[in-house]
Amino acid sequence: MTAAWTAAAQTASPEIGGFNVSRLLRALLPALSLTLVLLAIAYLNPRAISYFGFTLMLNLAIPIALATIAQMFVITGNDLDLSIGTFVGFVGCVTATWLRDAPLLGALALLGCIGVYAALGALIYLRNLPSIVVTLGMSFVWQGLAILLLPKPGGKAPDWLQAIMGVKPPFIPFPIIAAVIIAAVAYFGLMRTSYGAILRGSGGNAVAIGRAGWSLLKAKAALFALTGLFGVLSGMALIGITTSADANIGNGYTLLSIAGVILGGGEFVGGRVSPIGAVIGALTLALAASPLLTFMHIPPDWQVAANGAILIIVLAARVVISQRGAER
Amino acid sequence: MIGVVNRLFAKPWIWSFLGALLVWVAAIVFTGGYGAGGMLTAALSLSVFTVVVGVGQTFVITLGPGNVDLSLPANIGLASAVAMKAMNGDDSMVAVGLLAALGCGMAIGVANYLLIWALRIPPIIATLSASFIIQSIDISYGRGLQIKPPPGFADFTNAQIFGVPVLAILTVLFTLGAGIALHRMVYGRSVLAIGQSIRAARLAGVRVGWIRFLTYALSGTLGGLDGALLAGYFRGANVDIGNEYLLASIAVVVLGGTSVAGGKANIPGVWGAALFLVLLLTMLNTFGVSAGVRLLLTGLIIVVVITAAGGPKAPR
Repeated sequence: MTAAWTAAAQTASPEIGGFNVSRLLRALLPALSLTLVLLAIAYLNPRAISYFGFTLMLNLAIPIALATIAQMFVITGNDLDLSIGTFVGFVGCVTATWLRDAPLLGALALLGCIGVYAALGALIYLRNLPSIVVTLGMSFVWQGLAILLLPKPGGKAPDWLQAIMGVKPPFIPFPIIAAVIIAAVAYFGLMRTSYGAILRGSGGNAVAIGRAGWSLLKAKAALFALTGLFGVLSGMALIGITTSADANIGNGYTLLSIAGVILGGGEFVGGRVSPIGAVIGALTLALAASPLLTFMHIPPDWQVAANGAILIIVLAARVVISQRGAER
Repeated sequence: MIGVVNRLFAKPWIWSFLGALLVWVAAIVFTGGYGAGGMLTAALSLSVFTVVVGVGQTFVITLGPGNVDLSLPANIGLASAVAMKAMNGDDSMVAVGLLAALGCGMAIGVANYLLIWALRIPPIIATLSASFIIQSIDISYGRGLQIKPPPGFADFTNAQIFGVPVLAILTVLFTLGAGIALHRMVYGRSVLAIGQSIRAARLAGVRVGWIRFLTYALSGTLGGLDGALLAGYFRGANVDIGNEYLLASIAVVVLGGTSVAGGKANIPGVWGAALFLVLLLTMLNTFGVSAGVRLLLTGLIIVVVITAAGGPKAPR
């Protein structure tokens, strides 16, 4: 009983507070955690904070950030995509084979993938299916297709893709520019356009959006298609960096992408997500998982644990901040 | 007679058994009746591992939306290593090893609930973060672990009576107990009540926190048990031994007729769905398809089955 009351009081506080410090702190939390990780890296190895260091450390963060944005779109609609990892792997296999050898076929296949995602969204809406199970099934499908296409690790990324991912712009390392662009595009698309508001509304209050005359079917299909699109971009970016593919290359991305969205301040229900936060969350995870540990001389065994620990610490910080706001 | 049949078909779990029967028949038609019994024996042996974690996952998922235990694979992996180290290949240490695995699993379940409770985060994220950490502990702890299970324990996990695996018989008894706990005991009824409406359950005097705690601890413990059994059956512990049970445990719960929205659970369906999944793989193997096609078809069939079964109807 008491628990219910305190919970109610906490959720209510930001609205009552008007200008609320805890709300601001909460919004800044993703950036704060990234800054802390960066400071730790700078303290442990000052030379890493350089043009070259960032390019190296953050290279793999680009596909992770794209996969996180992909996951964010389904989460906006109160769904979850458990297949994004194997999907990224499949896209990688297509990129390293068809897109190089037969660009037209490869491009059509990738477009078809986005179509499949849109169809899945429509199916989930029409039959009122649990997205967890449907995407679970799809994760087998993508992995099976990837193994059929590329039974052994190999293939080669198209030259133009390698060239794009290897760009060395002056002063600012490419991964940082890429992250800013990804965050900006997702932010303006989802948070600043009118249809973006409809999409978020379909997760926040589907009935209201439906009564207002918008097609929930289209909204769901659009969210899933966007997930497919960013999943495709993630797979292509990944192969542009690694230059060759493997059917299992993206498997870890499913859990990483969910963690990134939550770390960035997103919530599972209610269409409450933050594109900028999600990108920052992905960068934090990418940095904490390997460069930070390497500089701390911690064996790679504990890379995965670092991700878990960061998630728990940030979520704990969030609870502390919310409690402060409630006590006020 | 017709009344019985009609009543049988009204049960949500009957479909998973029919599906299992269908793929089994398809497989033996293909082999011309050869190996029909052996196929069932193998399917029963392998289903056990899915059923054990599936029952734990059923209780967790029944708690309501957002409740799911994603730490099971890491839990199974760690428990398999703990069990093998504690047993150390010695038959007299089997009980100790089993207890160690159960304790390890229960500790993970308790830790999961502590995260959910202390951080007030959705269970899916709590168990996800926990699984990251458990996975690392397992990699570090179980690195290069070459200990074989004690011969007595390995024989026990593979033992059969008239072609029926002993483990399967014990697991049937266990699922009967789980069914009784779910439908006839205060604990199970409380789990169902929380899944239907957490607020109503709380107002009705159900100790919500305590019941959720018990459920996550139960799921963790079953994961630990599964780890020990798997290590016995496959003759050794392995970091990746539990990997397939993340998807499998969720899939059997849903295919078996338990509602992902919570509040409606189905224990017999877990058996049906587990047999279905294992026999499906057996069938595809007898057809001689490649690994890629097998994965592809498994995935498509899961999607088709869930589409045909339909999701939960909109709330009244």
